[in-house]
Amino acid sequence: MLRLLLRRLLLGLLTLWLVSLVLFVLTQALPGDAARAILGREATPERLAALRQQLHLDQSPAAQYLHWLRGAVRGDFGRSLADQQPVSRLLGDRLVNSLVLMAAAALVSTVLGVAAGTWSALRRDRFADHATSVVTLVLAALPEFVIGIALVVLLSTTVFRVFPAVTLATPGHPVWTRLDVLVLPVLTMTLAVAPYITRMLRASMIEVLDSEYVQMARLKGMPERTVIVRHALPNALGPVAQVIALQLAWLAGGVVVIEYLFRYPGIGQALVDAVANRDVPMVQAITVVIAAIYVAVNLLADMVQILGNARLRTSLR
Amino acid sequence: MSASAPGPVPIPPGPAPAPAPPGSVLRDRYPGPLRSLLAQALRLRQSRVGLALSVLVIVVAVVGPPLAPTSPTDFAGRPYQGPGAGLPFGADALGRDVLSRFLYGGRWLLLLALLATVLGVTLGVLVGMLAGYLGGVLDELLMRANDVVLALPQLVLALLAITVLGPKKWLLVLVIGVTHAPRVARVMRAASVDVAQRDFVKAVQVMGVRRRRVLLSEILPNVTGPLMVELGLRFTYSIGFVAALSFLGLGIQPPAADWGLMINENRIGLTVQPWPVLLPVLAIGVLTVGTNLLADGFAQASAGVDREVSP
Repeated sequence: MLRLLLRRLLLGLLTLWLVSLVLFVLTQALPGDAARAILGREATPERLAALRQQLHLDQSPAAQYLHWLRGAVRGDFGRSLADQQPVSRLLGDRLVNSLVLMAAAALVSTVLGVAAGTWSALRRDRFADHATSVVTLVLAALPEFVIGIALVVLLSTTVFRVFPAVTLATPGHPVWTRLDVLVLPVLTMTLAVAPYITRMLRASMIEVLDSEYVQMARLKGMPERTVIVRHALPNALGPVAQVIALQLAWLAGGVVVIEYLFRYPGIGQALVDAVANRDVPMVQAITVVIAAIYVAVNLLADMVQILGNARLRTSLR
Repeated sequence: MSASAPGPVPIPPGPAPAPAPPGSVLRDRYPGPLRSLLAQALRLRQSRVGLALSVLVIVVAVVGPPLAPTSPTDFAGRPYQGPGAGLPFGADALGRDVLSRFLYGGRWLLLLALLATVLGVTLGVLVGMLAGYLGGVLDELLMRANDVVLALPQLVLALLAITVLGPKKWLLVLVIGVTHAPRVARVMRAASVDVAQRDFVKAVQVMGVRRRRVLLSEILPNVTGPLMVELGLRFTYSIGFVAALSFLGLGIQPPAADWGLMINENRIGLTVQPWPVLLPVLAIGVLTVGTNLLADGFAQASAGVDREVSP
């Protein structure tokens, strides 16, 4: 089992390395002058030369990549082109903010999705099941910013005025000290992700409920709650763990639009700003971080699946 | 499927017919997989609702521009002027007619989303079918390459491309299409592997039919179900992506009228003048819900039973 986990870990690291390669080729080593692409047509020769030196564009692409990778491994992504500060210092707090947002959304949407999926499966083909199906289908279709704006109109500006529409962060105060600013972003992400989990779990749960061991448990006269929680749920969760992880990994990309919408001070909003400013070192750093989160969540799901599956747990592949 | 009555096979009259072109005999058993799938999907009420919603928004986007009362870039009133005479939905942040901008705002979104979908699904089907049918080293290589693309969220990859090349329309199509491809390929590969193991494919292979023919006339018709589901899903997501990029200010650029961009330009005035935000939000919402209902209808029709086939 340990070997299997180690293999997955290595595979994850390999993927991350390949991502960094693709990312670097895309942003910096493309044929053509990256410095001119960043500064535009009217750049003076002095500024071009300075930028080329800062990005090490005078070296060969391979040397540039090695230089960048050596820094990246140590958490040093160079200086931001927009305000000349080290990227790592600009991103530190923002990364924490984003992780708080993602973790909260992941927790809420998993719990909500699993509960709604189970409930829907237990009321299979009844009104509640059909209603859940329609609601999840509609929510799954809507782009996250559409959901977000609907929530802002409903809860912040027009109908009710309960929660703030934008995050007015005071520097030095971590976001979790003001929970009200987290409500709308977390709710938006939950409504974007939970529908998939609900639908997946409903399908898996229906299969489990039809199985003989659930019938057996019921015939033994166990209370229905025990049958569901102890017998059905763990078996229904196994097959969908991977899918849940894929949805949670989506959060890593979803934060971009949602943070921009709510002006939440995280890495997503920083990425949009950096792209608009063509701040290449910043974009590279944030992209690597997002890819790392993505890979880490998938790895976590692999582990849950391996630990939860007796056949995999004992196999030494 | 087997409509032939039991009993002896009737001997064809006249001289023995020339051998039918390979594949055709077997193909005749599945008359028009696409048509039967469409018919089956449209028997579901949800698919009909989805179709109606999608058509409604598409008609607004296509027929809208000639119906617009003024030019979408002309100034028609005060900034954030409320609805009134001559301005049925008021004016936007710069004082332009909201109705006209709304009627003009769907064209590019629809066109770019459509092109990206076609590109992504074509690429994905090609890669998926090749990997699933041929297997071996090619399969392994294509799927590992997929993993790398899949490790970056689609939107982030799009942002990377925009950083380097700027927000160009062709780039949006290219990057959204290319990032759809591995996701489509995964589904199509699984479906093709299934079909490739069935007897009729093996029969045709034994007959010595060329690979390309097998892929096009045996495998492809039998993966129509997942293909249509992917088409619907990817179109839904493409609309979301193009609109989201414009919403971030990194897609379609001002002063063009575009639904995503309108939301971005006017959301600060949401409390004063909600229409320039609400109209595009409503249109994007109705359209994506419609296309997703259709995609789910295809999924149910191709699964044959009322079981969830989620994306």
